Amino acid sequence: MRILIVEDDKDVAGFVVKGLREAGHTVEHADNGRDGLFMAASENFDAIILDRMLPGGIDGLRLLETLRAQDNATPVMFLSALGQVDDRVKGLKAGGDDYLTKPFAFAELLARVEAMSRRGKGEGPTTRLNVGDLEMDLLSRGVKRAGQKVDLQPREFRLLEYLMRHAGQVVTRTMLLEGVWDYHFDPQTNVIDVHISRLRQKIDKPFDAPLLHTVRNAGYMLRVEEP
Amino acid sequence: MSAFTPIVTEAKPAGARPPKRRRLLRSAGVRFAVLYALVFGVSTVLLAASLRYSTIGLLDRQTHEAIRGDARGLAAHFKTGGLPALVLTLDSRINEDINENAIYLLVDPLGNRVAGNMSRWPTGIATPNAWYQVPVERAGKRSHALMRYYELPGGFQLLVGRDVSTRSQLRRVLRDGLIWALAAMLLLGALGALVIRGLFKRSLADISATSRAIARGDLTQRVRRSGHGDEFDELAETINDMLDRITRLMDGVREVSNSIAHDLRTPITRARARLEDAASHARTEDELRSAVDRATSELDGVVKVFQALLRIAEIEAGARRSAFASINLTPVLEDLAEFFDAVAEERHITIDTAWPPDLPMTGDRDMIQQAIANLLENAIKFSPPDHHVSISARMDAQQIEIHIADQGPGIPEADRPRATERFYRGEQARSTPGTGLGLALVAAIAHLHGGVLRLEDNRPGLRAVLVLPRRALNPEATLRIKLWAQTMRKTEIAPPAPE
Repeated sequence: MRILIVEDDKDVAGFVVKGLREAGHTVEHADNGRDGLFMAASENFDAIILDRMLPGGIDGLRLLETLRAQDNATPVMFLSALGQVDDRVKGLKAGGDDYLTKPFAFAELLARVEAMSRRGKGEGPTTRLNVGDLEMDLLSRGVKRAGQKVDLQPREFRLLEYLMRHAGQVVTRTMLLEGVWDYHFDPQTNVIDVHISRLRQKIDKPFDAPLLHTVRNAGYMLRVEEP
Repeated sequence: MSAFTPIVTEAKPAGARPPKRRRLLRSAGVRFAVLYALVFGVSTVLLAASLRYSTIGLLDRQTHEAIRGDARGLAAHFKTGGLPALVLTLDSRINEDINENAIYLLVDPLGNRVAGNMSRWPTGIATPNAWYQVPVERAGKRSHALMRYYELPGGFQLLVGRDVSTRSQLRRVLRDGLIWALAAMLLLGALGALVIRGLFKRSLADISATSRAIARGDLTQRVRRSGHGDEFDELAETINDMLDRITRLMDGVREVSNSIAHDLRTPITRARARLEDAASHARTEDELRSAVDRATSELDGVVKVFQALLRIAEIEAGARRSAFASINLTPVLEDLAEFFDAVAEERHITIDTAWPPDLPMTGDRDMIQQAIANLLENAIKFSPPDHHVSISARMDAQQIEIHIADQGPGIPEADRPRATERFYRGEQARSTPGTGLGLALVAAIAHLHGGVLRLEDNRPGLRAVLVLPRRALNPEATLRIKLWAQTMRKTEIAPPAPE
């Protein structure tokens, strides 16, 4: 993926650029709003990571509003120290696709950028999801693995659906909390892990090869293990 | 305290004070006093004018009427009896005039006197049927007279008048009186102005002295009340209330910053020590990595505390009332119970639930979710295995009560009032992970909704009761809705999407 990061803090930018390159992406960096807007408007990117408070006369919000006014639909994630609910609402209203508050864990940023840019591609409405021998029928709300029916509670179904839609990507606990439960608080307990392990009991335990993997320090990933 | 005092530098040079006259006008006391004197003066002038109109004016009008009546009567006599009758009537009228202020003069076409009590035609009287006020000399006395002359058939001219020297005297008396009154008014007005200014100064002096002391950083000062219960007392009371609130807020800020200093210093110290230790003592890469990982998770804890504090501050500032909407709490409770049931089950804790099928109210769904989640997680955290946690809700016309009870150690009654303060951690909680901000956040959320968080004894355990009014009765939200409705009508934009 080709990713643009507009961030004036050299350390943060360097850290993100390095991490994204290690993850196999091509990264461009602008350290002020004017250059950022120029690059975002004149080149094609799969995703833009945008700081809100930028030098150069154009802040993140203005940059994004200008971009959206030019019918540029590149997925944009805000990366900002302004973390109040109203700030997030403002960022999303201006046309942002996601909002990550500083300080952040790189794994969270990577997972969100990858999820966001896939969403940006727009797969169109689907009725079936497949990951290996795991099948999900979204119309009949039935789940099968290796031809065997798997019984899921409604919430487990939504959890699995989210994981299948992001198959092959790291999904963090916060993403699950927001995407599956629509909760915007930070639980003190390991409640997400418990829900994942329950799901594992049903879709992985009775079968040979596990599909739902834990990614250390980051979250979970649903994928077929390469032999 | 004095450390908080900002150093104010005078931008203007000392010599650039406004001239004295301008400064005097700038004093509110002087302005009120001048206004007072003006009102007083204008009313006096009005009074004098009306007095003059009703005395001298009346006299003038009476004199005019008398002259006209006199002339009409004489004309009638002339018509019926001719010149002899007129002369006779004139003589008898002059004789009957007791006050001796009637003036008559009848002359023939050649200007010779025929009858009357004046020796000759006064100079300057040339037009008939007009009013003249002329100086006359009668019986050796100079005086003023008001007169009018009429032309009679046959070329005769009749002059009828009245001596008005009494009226002139009255006018002089009135004028003198008014001048004295004006002088007295000026004196009284000036005195009154001085008194008003003094009252102002005295009443405001204490307020301004107190404000100056506060500005210097001495928050213990209060405005003295005079005890009259007047407007100045009301002002003093309002100012004192405001100062009390500021003091409480300052105390709160100080307390929180002390707590922050303590609660953030500890994990930061640990993280720092770990990193320094690893930098100088780690022998293998694995050792180094694990030290860095642990330091990172310590810092994540710091960030968590930080975010919780900011969120409480945000909620307490009331910034989020804009997200208030009509919500039903039943699905919120169902989802949360289901969400946390997984953790509870893992710890062999049973969650009992009981609530009505609908719990409609106005509020911020995200925040209420967080409040209930905090209470529920607390209950699960402190509940011993193989025990019950119960969530129940009930509703009346005004409010919804959500009860969340556990059978854990509870909070001793003496500590309960402090349990919702930031960074409070009970004896039992010190060994468990947590920020000590959970209940403070719940209390802040309840407060924002106009509700309250009650902590009660569950015998054994703790019962947290979240009381939320069903209608958020805050004027700000009502105003917002009103403004929104007005914008709607004007521009016909789409209504804000429900949460």
